[in-house]
Amino acid sequence: MTDRRRIALTVNGLQRDGEVEGRLLLADFLRHHLGLTGTHLGCEHGVCGACTVLVDGQATRSCLMLAVQANGRSITTVEGLAPDGEASHPLQAAFHERHGLQCGFCTPGFLMTLVEFLEENPEPDEAAVREALSGNLCRCTGYQGIVDAALQASASLRETSGQ
Amino acid sequence: MKPPPFHYHDPQDLDGALDLLARLENAKVLAGGQSLMPMLNMRFALPDHVIDINAIESLAFVRESGSRLEIGAMTRQHDLERSAPLRRLCPLMVEALGQVGHRATRNRGTLGGSLCHLDPAAELPVVAAALDATIQVKSKQGGRSIAMADFPAFYMTPAIEPEELVTAIEFEPWPAGHGHAFIEFARRHGDFAIVAAAAMLELSPEGTISRASVTLGGVGTAPLRCHGIEEQLLGQHGSAALFREAAEANRGIDAMDDVHASTLYRQHLAAELTGRALATAFERAQERVPA
Ligand code: FES
Ligand code: FES
Repeated sequence: MTDRRRIALTVNGLQRDGEVEGRLLLADFLRHHLGLTGTHLGCEHGVCGACTVLVDGQATRSCLMLAVQANGRSITTVEGLAPDGEASHPLQAAFHERHGLQCGFCTPGFLMTLVEFLEENPEPDEAAVREALSGNLCRCTGYQGIVDAALQASASLRETSGQ
Repeated sequence: MKPPPFHYHDPQDLDGALDLLARLENAKVLAGGQSLMPMLNMRFALPDHVIDINAIESLAFVRESGSRLEIGAMTRQHDLERSAPLRRLCPLMVEALGQVGHRATRNRGTLGGSLCHLDPAAELPVVAAALDATIQVKSKQGGRSIAMADFPAFYMTPAIEPEELVTAIEFEPWPAGHGHAFIEFARRHGDFAIVAAAAMLELSPEGTISRASVTLGGVGTAPLRCHGIEEQLLGQHGSAALFREAAEANRGIDAMDDVHASTLYRQHLAAELTGRALATAFERAQERVPA
């Protein structure tokens, strides 16, 4: 059963393509075909949030989407937050400063979830941050550092956008 | 794990999808994928064909038609949360949507997908039952409507034929001024509810309860409408004592028993959450109708 298809999509601003089987997950296309291993797979059934990427700007679990479904779409992965040679994204800097990560396995998913969330809610309170992060699991930090980092990042993002 | 091998189809219009459904054996319809994809990844579902209906734009809409509200099966949960007509006409569904999964799953998940997956603890089937909604299905042979009360056939299985596709749901919104509440208890925000309670109340000009809808989720294989409680409330003046007493009936319901909670615990939640949902719905109805 090998109905393979050609797909063409934009990943972190670059035009990419590939030939994939219908059943290939978007996460595995990113990781194995494109070598973008920043997107992690924890559970592969939509529970942990580690695989979260942006699809046309919307946070999406890449373990619950087929690569063929990304044809023609624009994907942003954690590698797209701060391309090589550029300074860290304010969220990444805040995670670093506030101990928002230990082993780092969950971090890409938290970052991509927060990118979308902070865009829509530039000035969230702690309760809103916690609710926004309810779909992401972290086995190390106890979440407090992550919540602190999100709040710090929202403040610095507001500053840079001149609010 | 990874999905098993299957043939992938992506029809571009409804006729194309119905044609495939009529022709293919052991086919699964892929809507938002927030239920089917986990089932594929865990290999609980082993279809020979997957029919992806995401390209069919005509299935995503929110439409007011006469006194009824019609919602396309492929409307994303995230878009529903933001739909102006839905926010105005059906605050119950909007409140429930906020508890359906997480932002990243609502971005993809659809109304029709949740209804067809029919998880016993899912929020949207409870809302559809509370509203006496009608489910529209189509096949190559034509279309038909199914009352939500008849839609669940058995555990996680809707009463539709293999060649049929759910295309929309419709219902008559309650008049402006009604009160609503959707309350659930879950281990983590956004998880499936252990028990969920939905309540809607309408008050007469005299302030008595003129219409009531009470529905539970998470207790059995299908949403449970509590007609006994609804009847008991009619004509009464709402009060904390009335709601608490009426809700007590739910302590005696048949409730399932699984790793998440025992029957006894579910019965307790059913009574407690029903009482709270009714009290909240009543408060909101009072705020909305000038006394
Ligand atoms: S790997 Fe996708 S949600 Fe866990
Ligand atoms: S930092 Fe280790 S899982 Fe979150």
